[in-house]
This record gives sequence, structure tokens and C-alpha cells, in this order.
Amino acid sequence: MKARHRTTIVASICLAVFFITSVLTLRSVDRLRPQATLEDVLYISSPKILKRASLGYDGLLADIYWTRAVQYFGGRHAGGMSSFDLLAPLLEITTNLDPHLVVAYEFGGNFLAPPSPNGAGQPDRAISLLEYGIRNNPNEWRLYYNLGFVYYMDLKDYAHAADAFERGSQVPNAHPFLKVLAAQMAQHAGEFQTARMLWATTYQTTQDRQIRQNAAEHLRDLKLDEDVTNLQAAVTRFGEKTGRLPTSIYELARVEGLPGVPIDPSGKPYKMDERGRILVQQPDDFPLATKGLPPGYRPPVKFHDSE
Amino acid sequence: MNARVGYIAANTFREAVRDRVLYNLIAFAVLLSGAAIFVGQISIEIEKLVVINLGLTAVSLFGVVIAIFIGIGLVSKEIEKRTLYTVLSRPVRRWEFIVGKFFGLSGTLVVNTFCMAVGVFAALLYVSHKFMPADALILVALYFIVLQFLIICALALLFSSFSSPLLAAVFSFSLFVIGSFAEDLRGFAGMAHGITRWLATAAAYLVPNFSAFNVISSVAHEHAVAGQLVLHNTLYALLYAAAALSGAVLIFEHRDLK
Amino acid sequence: MAAIEILGLEKTYMVGFWRKRPKRALHPLQLKVEEGEIFGFLGPNGAGKTTTLKLLMGLVFPTSGSARILGREWTDPDIKAQIGFLPEQPYFYDYLTAHELLNYYGQLSGVPAKNRKQRIEEVLQLVGLTDVKGVQLRKFSKGMMQRAGIAQAILHDPKVVFLDEPMSGLDPMGRREVRDLMEQLKREGKTVFFSTHILSDAEALCDRVAIIYKGELRGVGAVADLTSSVQGRIEIVWQGTQVPASIKALGAECHVTADTVRAVISETRQDAAIDALRRERLRLISLTPVRTSLEEYFVEKMRKADSTAGGAS
Repeated sequence: MKARHRTTIVASICLAVFFITSVLTLRSVDRLRPQATLEDVLYISSPKILKRASLGYDGLLADIYWTRAVQYFGGRHAGGMSSFDLLAPLLEITTNLDPHLVVAYEFGGNFLAPPSPNGAGQPDRAISLLEYGIRNNPNEWRLYYNLGFVYYMDLKDYAHAADAFERGSQVPNAHPFLKVLAAQMAQHAGEFQTARMLWATTYQTTQDRQIRQNAAEHLRDLKLDEDVTNLQAAVTRFGEKTGRLPTSIYELARVEGLPGVPIDPSGKPYKMDERGRILVQQPDDFPLATKGLPPGYRPPVKFHDSE
Repeated sequence: MNARVGYIAANTFREAVRDRVLYNLIAFAVLLSGAAIFVGQISIEIEKLVVINLGLTAVSLFGVVIAIFIGIGLVSKEIEKRTLYTVLSRPVRRWEFIVGKFFGLSGTLVVNTFCMAVGVFAALLYVSHKFMPADALILVALYFIVLQFLIICALALLFSSFSSPLLAAVFSFSLFVIGSFAEDLRGFAGMAHGITRWLATAAAYLVPNFSAFNVISSVAHEHAVAGQLVLHNTLYALLYAAAALSGAVLIFEHRDLK
Repeated sequence: MAAIEILGLEKTYMVGFWRKRPKRALHPLQLKVEEGEIFGFLGPNGAGKTTTLKLLMGLVFPTSGSARILGREWTDPDIKAQIGFLPEQPYFYDYLTAHELLNYYGQLSGVPAKNRKQRIEEVLQLVGLTDVKGVQLRKFSKGMMQRAGIAQAILHDPKVVFLDEPMSGLDPMGRREVRDLMEQLKREGKTVFFSTHILSDAEALCDRVAIIYKGELRGVGAVADLTSSVQGRIEIVWQGTQVPASIKALGAECHVTADTVRAVISETRQDAAIDALRRERLRLISLTPVRTSLEEYFVEKMRKADSTAGGAS
């Protein structure tokens, strides 16, 4: 009995010690290879080879690559890094393995095209990815929508954008906004309104959490841009009428007949500097805004990019 | 260590050899020489790449299959055939039996891998007519593959100590596949929230992590492997195998051999 | 000092896959085997003989109780160098030859390398396995396997030998040889503990026997002591068609066939019956035990056990 008890105790201690130390070793292995899962992307020259090498389990492999793409972008974005060079190859491998993974194209449209730090700044890769998606999924209106979006937002190519929305509107069960969007492209009318409609559509129709959050931020910052534009116009009107700048934002609000000082989307009142510029109190809260920021303002870099 | 562990290991090795396990080397040789000749005719550029990639992948897969299929039977077959009775009625501790079996199977795999490695280098010589300093990296890749075998042997033995051979095979093979994607699992855990995050993290550290051992494609492209990684991988493989082996001993120590 | 002392060993298995329920394979067992004895452990198949042996070998763990072998705790790994074990229907690594098998077991039992080779030849000679050099065990017949099993059990010159059904699978010649071997072990001063369901083997060999049935010990003692209370029966066959009154008077049950008479009487009246036949000048054809007294004792014990179990349920 005694020998057996001793073995049991020794084996239990060994199990605990060895397992814990193995976990610790693993963590240091992880630190040695920060981009481990992305290594093969560097070696695999063509997604087609990978598809053959997956021995028919390409669906599963596609899912794995999809999660790698999401992790890659999400992790780097949250870490404040601004280059996303592997996003395009990751998404290309994913969609080659599973050409019907619509969310991957959508992700590419939203995060490949915008300039750094909000995306990889590769609108051409985004467009070829979306075109590839459309060839494989001609009945997915969202792909046309995203294509038009990239043309409109990132390339300001209204003709191609209108064409993409138009093609999309002909797909069965397409969102009715596509027709409206196609028409608006032709007129170039109401930039804020169009942008708002685009982002709102993205927000309402996407299934992806990251894409939706991105759209919500855009909508909020768009509201800011619109507010600042309107208030700045009021300052100009005030100047034309009185020949001077308003003494304060309170005066401006009174003259305009507003119920109080207008507030920004984060709930803080707008302010006006001595040269009549409308500003937000905390520019860091609005990383996507283009207006209401102090002159020379640059968004903060959270920490250094290792690459 | 202990003479009896050595005797049991030697007998395990002899069993594998007499069961013609090493015949897999013939299949391996045919595969590799066939590939070397064919690829050589298609493209001079990538033939070396293909020989390294195919050779090392085959070494790994053949070894994994052998490790699992022998490993799962190591304990259960001895119980089923009652050969264990005449071993354990001697002055043999149960842990000695498990540890001896582990060394026997690991030894079999080391010998097998050594023969295959000779084959890989022969094929390499055939396609490129000379060795380059960078070819030494292949040794690192082979070393990592052997480390991986140690983990799989220990796991197969662990499952063999309490379940039927078929179930043990299923468990071991699943863990091999999951372990190859363990880094993705950890990444997924990092993205999850609440209880899912907790569970996924625990699972990700519980399964063996094989991704760090796979340097085949990096070696094929002649990228150096960091010395730190060699050290840490060695440590990890030994610790994990030892943990699995302790688990096997723990289970086996309390098992009634009905 | 007793060779084997079983102190209330008990084993309850949990059976069933989902809802486990206990099944008692062995009721608390008390048993003492003296040094130098041949001890028979008797019982029908499934009585608990093998469970007892596995408990003693440390292959299964008791629910409670303990045992001592040669005065030491039975789980003491060092004691195992002093015991030999032949499992029921032994099977060995069939990729080995008999020499390799015994060499392996010799290593495990700590037989020194220098006399291992000689010892292997000796035991192979002893169990009658000659001319098996270079033959893998997969080519062995059942009887040869059994001999190899006995060889491995006595290889390391143990003081106590446990044999589980040592005669099963052997032809009459082989049984004879195993009996002789066990007697030789006794002469060498070893203790032999063997289980069997064949009573004649036990009767011929054992100093003492224990009878186990349905996991419970039903009796233990010298064969003569156990059987003094019961008598066996004899079947007598003679030529003729009539039954003499003198034989009827012995209480025989008689059956008359075409030209022979078959009578069954108690074994104590055997001599009287033969005398009677001789007096009547009848030709005796055969005289065979129907049931030996040990068998009779056994059957009686089992019947008793079954009736109490039946009454309880």
C-alpha cells in the first residue's frame, strides 16, 4: 500500500509541476514568435497551392484563415498599429479556400480600402477581392454594395460607384437603398447625406461585430463633421450680418435661435476659439472626424509599431 | 534510470521491429525517390524545395501514424492478451512499465526517423549534387519532429492507459490535429469574452501546442531557426510529455486489471 | 511462518456502463497456507478463484482487507521476487521465442545475467519444452504455451508458486507431468497454491484444499477431513440379468439391461459388494467411482449455498 501511495503522490506532483512549467514555457515560446500563425502566409506563394494541400478540408481551413485575418486586423488595430500588410493575403487565402464566405469580402471592403490607420490603404486589393467575390456569389447584393462603397468613399470614383450600386440593385432581394444610392451617385448630391446613408446601411445589414462597430464610429464622427459644418456656416452668416465674429458660442446659439449650446456626439458642448473656429473639446474621442479639430491636430499614436 | 525500465523499453522496441513496423521505411523510400525523380524533370528551380517539404512532411506524418497506432495498443493490448499479468506479478512497479513503454516507443520512432532522415539527405544530394551549409537547418526541423513524437507517444500512452484502442486512437489523432492549430485556438481565446474566453484559454493550454514545432516551410526557404526557439521547444516537449506520462502513471497506478 | 495469509480480502466491482452498481466478486476471505504445502483452491468457473489470485498478485486492488506473503505485506514489490505466477490460459509475447521470453522475465525478476542462460535451459527441460530454440511463441500449441507459462512461473526459483488452472488445455500425459512437477516443487520445499475446478487433480495432489463458491469460502481443510462426513458412490457392472439379494441388501439402485446389471452403491460398501458377487460367481465387468467423496462434499456445499441464497431472495 505504502509504495503505491508514494507513487500516486509523486505522480500527482509531477503532473502539476510539469504541466504548469509547460504552460510557462509555451508562453515564452509565444513571445519568441509573435506572428506565428501568420508565418505560412509569408511562405505560401499561391492560395491555390494551399487549397490543394488542404486535402479537401478547405472549408475548415478557410474558417481558420478567416479567424486569423480577423485576429490580425483586430489585434493590430486595437494595439494602435497602422500597417496591415498581411490583411490582403490572409483574406485572399480565406476566400480562395471558401469563395462563399461573404463576410470575408465585406471585411476586406471595410478594412482593406481605407487609408491608414483605419485600414490597409489598399483600395485596389479591396476592389479585386470584391470583384472576385461577386464572380463567385453573383446574388449577394452586399458585395456590390461594398464595392460601390469603396469606389465612393475611398476612390471618389462616382461613375464606378454608381455602376456597382446599380448592378447590386438588380439582384433579387437587394436592399432598396441600392437604387437610391445609385441615383445619388449620378447627382453627386448631398455628401453628408449619402455618406450617412452608406454607413447606416452597413451598420444595419452587417453580421460582423467589428464591421458594425466601425460603422457606428463613422456615423458618430460623420454627425460631428456635419454639426461643425453647419455651425461654421452660422458663424459665417453672423459675420456677414454683423461684420464681426460672435463673442462666444452662446451668442451664436442665441442668434441662431438654438435652445442651448449644441453638443457633440459624446455629449460635450462645442466650443469656439478666438478666430471663430468651431472645435470639439476632446478631439481624441473622434479618430475618424475631419472637422472641428484644432489646427495641426494629429491623432495620438498608442504605441510604437513593431514593423 | 532503472534496469527494469530499460528491459521493458528494449522489449517494446523488439516488439515493434518484429511486428514489421519499420517496413514503413520502404513506402517512405519509394515516395521520396519517386518525387525526387519526377520533380526534377518538371522544374529545376523548386525541386530542392519540394524534396525538403515533401520529405519532412512525410517523416512527420509517418511518425505520427506509427506513434499513435503503436502507442494506443501499448497498454491495452497487454491487458487484453494478459501478458501484463506475468510482468506485474514480478518486482516491476506499474510506473516502470509505463515509463519503459514510453522509452521503447520513443526509441522506435527515433530509429525510424533517423533512417528517414538519411533518405531525405540522400534525395537532397540526388537533386542538388552537393550539400550546402543551410541544409543543416533540416536537422533542426527533424529534431523538432522528434520532439513532437515524444509528446504524441506520451499522449497515446495516456489514452491507452484508460480507454479502448479505438477511442485512444481517436483521442490522440484529434489532439494531434487540434494541437497543430493550437495557436489559432489561443488567438480565438484572446478574442472571446467571459466564460468562453476562460474555457478557450484553458483548452488552448491543455492541448499540446505543435505549431511552434513546425518549421518545415521556413527551413525549406532556408530561414534560420532561432536558438532560443530550439531551447524552448525542447523544454516544452519534455515538460509536456512528462506531464502526460505522469497522468498515465496516475491512472494506471489505480487501475484494476480485470 | 505461514507462506500465504489472506486477511479478509474483499473485492466489489462496479459494473454497468451508466448506472454503476456494485457486484461482489469476493466476500471477505480468510485463508492461511503453510510453507511447503500444495494447496488446492477449488471452485467452479466464476467462483472467485481468479479474482483471489489477481488480488494476491496486485493486479486488482481489494475493496478491503490485506494479505501477507512469507510474512511480508503482499504489495511490497520486493516480495514479488519470491513468488511465481501462472495466469489462467496464459498468453505471452508471441513474437518472442521461449528463450527470449524467459530471458526477459529473468531480467525483470532480477535473475543474475551470469546464470540466467543456464537456468532457462534447466526450466525448459523441467517443463518438457525441448527443441524450441528459434521458434516464436506464435507457433506454439496450447499445451506448449501452458508449459512455457509454468516455466516462467518457476524460472526465478520462487518460494511460493501461484498457478491458476495449471492443468487446463493439457492432454492426459501433460496433466500427469504437471502433477509430477508440482510434487517436485513440494519436495524442493516450495509452497504451491493452485486453483482448479477439476477435483480429481486436487484430490490426488493437495495437502489441503479450500472450496470457494459464488465468491465465498465454503470449507477448508485436509481432503480426508473434509470428506469424512460424506461418501462417494461406486458404479458396479456385472454380467447377468439378476440381482442377488445380498447386493440388494447393500442398498444398491440396480438397472438391468440386455445381459448386464448396473448397480450404484455407497463407496464404503464396495468391498462387501465385490465379495457378494464373488460368492454368487458373477462376472464383474467394471467398477468406477460415480462421485468421489470430495465431489460429493462439493456438490453438497453448493446445494446448501444455493438453497440459502434462494431462501433469502
